[in-house]
Amino acid sequence: MFLSLRYLFPLLVLALIAVVSLGGGHETPVPIRAYVGARIIPVTSPEIADGVLLVKGETIAAVGKRGEVVIPDDAEVIDVKGKVLFPGLVCTHSHIGKVQGGDGSSPIQPDVRVLDSIDVLDSTVEKARAGGITMANLMSGSGHLLSGQTAYLKLRDGNTIEDLAVRNEDGSMAGGIKMANGTNSIKGSGGSPGTRGKSAALVRAQFLKARSYREKLAKGGDDPPERDLAMEALVEVLEGKRVVHHHTHRHDDIITVLRLKKEFGFKVVLHHVSEAWKVADEIAEAKVPCSIIYLDSPGGKLEARDLEWKNGAELEKRGVLTAFHTDDPINDSRWFLRSAGLAVRSGMSRQKALEAVTIAGAEMMDQARHTGSLTVGKKADFVILNGDPLSVYTRVLETHVEGRKVFDLDDPRDKLWAEGGFGAGHKRRASGCCFTR
Amino acid sequence: MKISPLLTILLPLTVATAGAQMAVQAELLYPMTGDLKPIEDGVVLCSKDGKIEKVGPAGAVPIPEGYQVLKAKVATPGFIDAHSTVGLSGILNLDRHDQEQLEKSAPIQPELRAIDAYNGRDPLVKWIRQLGITTIHTGHAPGALVAGQTMILKTNVPTITDPEKNTLRPFSMVASTLGPDGFGGGGKAPGSRAKSLAMLRENLLKAQSHLKKRKKAKEDETPDPDLRMDALADVLEKKVPLLITARRHHDIAAALRLQKEFGFRLVLDGASEAYLLLEEIRDAGVPVLVHPTMARPYGENENMTFTLAAKLHAAGIPFAFQSGYEGYVPKTRVVHFEAALAVTYGLPWEQALAGCTSAAAELLGIADQVGSLRAGLDADFALFDGDPLETTTHCIGVVIDGTVVSELRK
Repeated sequence: MFLSLRYLFPLLVLALIAVVSLGGGHETPVPIRAYVGARIIPVTSPEIADGVLLVKGETIAAVGKRGEVVIPDDAEVIDVKGKVLFPGLVCTHSHIGKVQGGDGSSPIQPDVRVLDSIDVLDSTVEKARAGGITMANLMSGSGHLLSGQTAYLKLRDGNTIEDLAVRNEDGSMAGGIKMANGTNSIKGSGGSPGTRGKSAALVRAQFLKARSYREKLAKGGDDPPERDLAMEALVEVLEGKRVVHHHTHRHDDIITVLRLKKEFGFKVVLHHVSEAWKVADEIAEAKVPCSIIYLDSPGGKLEARDLEWKNGAELEKRGVLTAFHTDDPINDSRWFLRSAGLAVRSGMSRQKALEAVTIAGAEMMDQARHTGSLTVGKKADFVILNGDPLSVYTRVLETHVEGRKVFDLDDPRDKLWAEGGFGAGHKRRASGCCFTR
Repeated sequence: MKISPLLTILLPLTVATAGAQMAVQAELLYPMTGDLKPIEDGVVLCSKDGKIEKVGPAGAVPIPEGYQVLKAKVATPGFIDAHSTVGLSGILNLDRHDQEQLEKSAPIQPELRAIDAYNGRDPLVKWIRQLGITTIHTGHAPGALVAGQTMILKTNVPTITDPEKNTLRPFSMVASTLGPDGFGGGGKAPGSRAKSLAMLRENLLKAQSHLKKRKKAKEDETPDPDLRMDALADVLEKKVPLLITARRHHDIAAALRLQKEFGFRLVLDGASEAYLLLEEIRDAGVPVLVHPTMARPYGENENMTFTLAAKLHAAGIPFAFQSGYEGYVPKTRVVHFEAALAVTYGLPWEQALAGCTSAAAELLGIADQVGSLRAGLDADFALFDGDPLETTTHCIGVVIDGTVVSELRK
């Protein structure tokens, strides 16, 4: 085709803008910003050495070479020469915002929503923005077989969980469900399992119960079952509306998750997956995505003893959809890009490693049509870097969520979140406080 | 140890002749001496007994025939982790099995020796060795008012059978912790900062009298043996420094006050808020083992900054990098990964490399043995296929005392 789609689209957008501006008149114009001169790494399309990113309101209106993207006259032109534009980072597994899930009363608590616990003003959320993270899956811990419903957040600049929540099409807040097996969830007291066999039995019993609950719901009629918050959440899991985010380390625990998935047909993402390299063929055959973690050493507990940096490469070889996560505070959100560096060091391709901190995570959270790459029509979620994303020396200069700047290294307050210092452990907007020395 | 076939392929000039003398040749050789600048196409010749004989550009230092030549893009001295708990705090993290770094039965136990606790066969020792770390200052961890002793040894010692032979320093420092991390817990003393200092002062005063008795005693009538007081007396005699882990500014100030009162050699550890007291630390002439750049910013560390090493450097305070102690995952940090991020946050690159080689050796008092590439020092090297501090670079070979101990790990 003579006129590529990439070229055509901005023209259409411009035409649309023209129509709107003719017709409106007194409406506030949607801001248009053109980031010009950067090296652009869109992730899902080839790198552009000297590019233009055109953002209209919340949305990416054009991405292309300088000279090929038409910059409207009323656009604010921002010179980003020498810098790198990269999609906002997506973290599939984070514990920022003082997130909490189930309590010690039972090992399986699908009724618990972590969204009811999150402090979006916590400094950890600010630090995640400083690290370039624009979307995260906030989860409760791994001390339960099932510790609660997770919350997908866009790290917009807001005061409430409602401001930050990713929304489903029906307007409800999006999230998955957190499950775990292996050491952390085996406690042997307070109704918690003492063995792996018991762990699986407890989980199966709940899903069987949810299956009958679902059948009763489907029958409808005069005698519908009473509302049961736990069963409602598990029915969403059975129907694939709520993804299972499953903490698992050891090869046999990984296989147990695959077995349960086969029995109940839920959608699952394997998390951490320390021993993925031992059962990579089985994971690939089950077509289950993996969100893996990079740690600077193995161990810390028996089931992470055999964690290998080659997990990323082994999964890539077999075509497994692979993302990385911070597990913040295990890895601070500000070091997230290091994971991609370690993955490449240990044999993963640059392309797949960059996908693993952006688009792959978005796919696992069913948000890839909205975010995760610099693509026309997607939300303008991006970071401005001062160097290559794989280099340890690279810093995040700015983070933008849906067209709005939520982190700017030049802002002294933001710099505190980026580097630490006196007061960096506090929540923001503390009055009468320090933040200076 | 034999040269693996893999290394032979990577280093095509390698001649794996047993007993051959070794030479290292690198496109960029960092001797870490003088202005810290590298030698382009540098060569190091080693002696048969594992010492460095000659260092210089290839043009000036020809490699004699029959030498086993290790080639790399970049070569540095073997890295030094200036404060670790590796070998005591094992990979499995199982109490009573492989966690030997902390004993909380009493608040002050300087008599606990690191040499009695070290397991050189723990996988984490191998882990850091294959990444380029050849020397560690390891031992009792922060977490008690006086936790015990530390020592310095190479990462190729599987079992300590002869402390004098197997270590650089069998007794390097006495480790102490101020602030809540050093409290007794469960109602046990100390339970406050003031009590911590009162207890330390009381014990150091006792050690002063013990020392007087020890000095007075004639050969045939030594004072009653007292392991605890002997160790503290060594501190007062400046045989070993007191390593004080102090994170908050007022804990750092308390450490400086204590040092002034008793005149021991002080090494500050962690020192998250040291940026508030730069002048005081510099004037006291106290070096700092800076917390890992990636230490977690919680609790006593909540005010830490990634720029601390840069600030210490700018203030002229000697410092070195450390992996520190980790209670969960990762079970150990990797010292040059921490140094790398200090560069990202303002420290000149050569200073970061020095912080885990030459400057670390100076701080630990072992610069006449390791930490730089000079004639007479141990032939310890780390070889790389690129910038040694960059995440994507591989360590393609590690040499200790002239012997290859590790080849490329993928």
